[in-house]
Amino acid sequence: MQASQQDLIPIIMQILLAVGFVGGTILISNLLGPKRSSANKDKSFECGIESVGNARIPFSVKYFLVAILFVLFDVEVIFMYPWAVNFKEMGVDGLLKMGVFMILLLIGFFYVIKKKALVWE
Amino acid sequence: MENVSKTKMVEAPEGIAGEGFFATRFDSVIGLARANSLWPLPFATSCCGIEFMATMASHYDLARFGSERVSFSPRQADMLLVMGTISKKMAPILRQVYEQMSEPRWVIAVGACASSGGIFDTYSVLQGIDKVIPVDVYVPGCPPRPEQIVDGVMHLQELVKNESSRRRNSDEYKELLASYNIE
Repeated sequence: MQASQQDLIPIIMQILLAVGFVGGTILISNLLGPKRSSANKDKSFECGIESVGNARIPFSVKYFLVAILFVLFDVEVIFMYPWAVNFKEMGVDGLLKMGVFMILLLIGFFYVIKKKALVWE
Repeated sequence: MENVSKTKMVEAPEGIAGEGFFATRFDSVIGLARANSLWPLPFATSCCGIEFMATMASHYDLARFGSERVSFSPRQADMLLVMGTISKKMAPILRQVYEQMSEPRWVIAVGACASSGGIFDTYSVLQGIDKVIPVDVYVPGCPPRPEQIVDGVMHLQELVKNESSRRRNSDEYKELLASYNIE
């Protein structure tokens, strides 16, 4: 074994100890602790009240769509801040680059409006 | 340095100490750990709950006893604190919350209403929560002062410390639960 490999032994021991401790405590507490289960105990907790229906039902993704579009255009605005700060240094070159960037996103924005993604009803 | 010396530590259980080792009973170590990490589940329905808020706040500071983590799900709680009037309509809900706690679990009835129905000796009020769930410690008072609630918790700590680790599997305990119709 090479010297550089031997340097790794303390790290491997550390990893074994860390994983072993976590795994060991979970296992031991599972073996030692008292347990009791019944139909009532295993029901989902609804503050003691009988639960009604299934939690796994399909629901509208409208809000998700609005939220993800918000994130998209939010990021666009974030890119404009450093441009605004360095507006003079970047000059016409920066204006052109940002123009291309804005046009690309604006096309997307028109697509979003055309698809009626922002119409709530 | 003065502040450091003021810190009070939990005393070690009886055992044999030597150079670099300490041997004691397994029960007492588990009891010590459990007694000083009782996570409360407050079930507050009236004025005793307000006294409990004072008990948790900085002046009385129940966190000194290892109970700073108030749990609002029964799954991770050890100590159910029932504070206030429990009406008969509320009784099955209280029972369900108790049933959904994982073992080991303890119950403190705080105040006259939870302990015996208190002044509400009427058709609609449960005459003490021990009609539906087993209770370990009763705290009297209407409502009890935070000192009394802390005293109740300390009494429970004594119970927890001295509980045999076999108790929850014993026939006696199963009979107790069966007498309350709890599986």
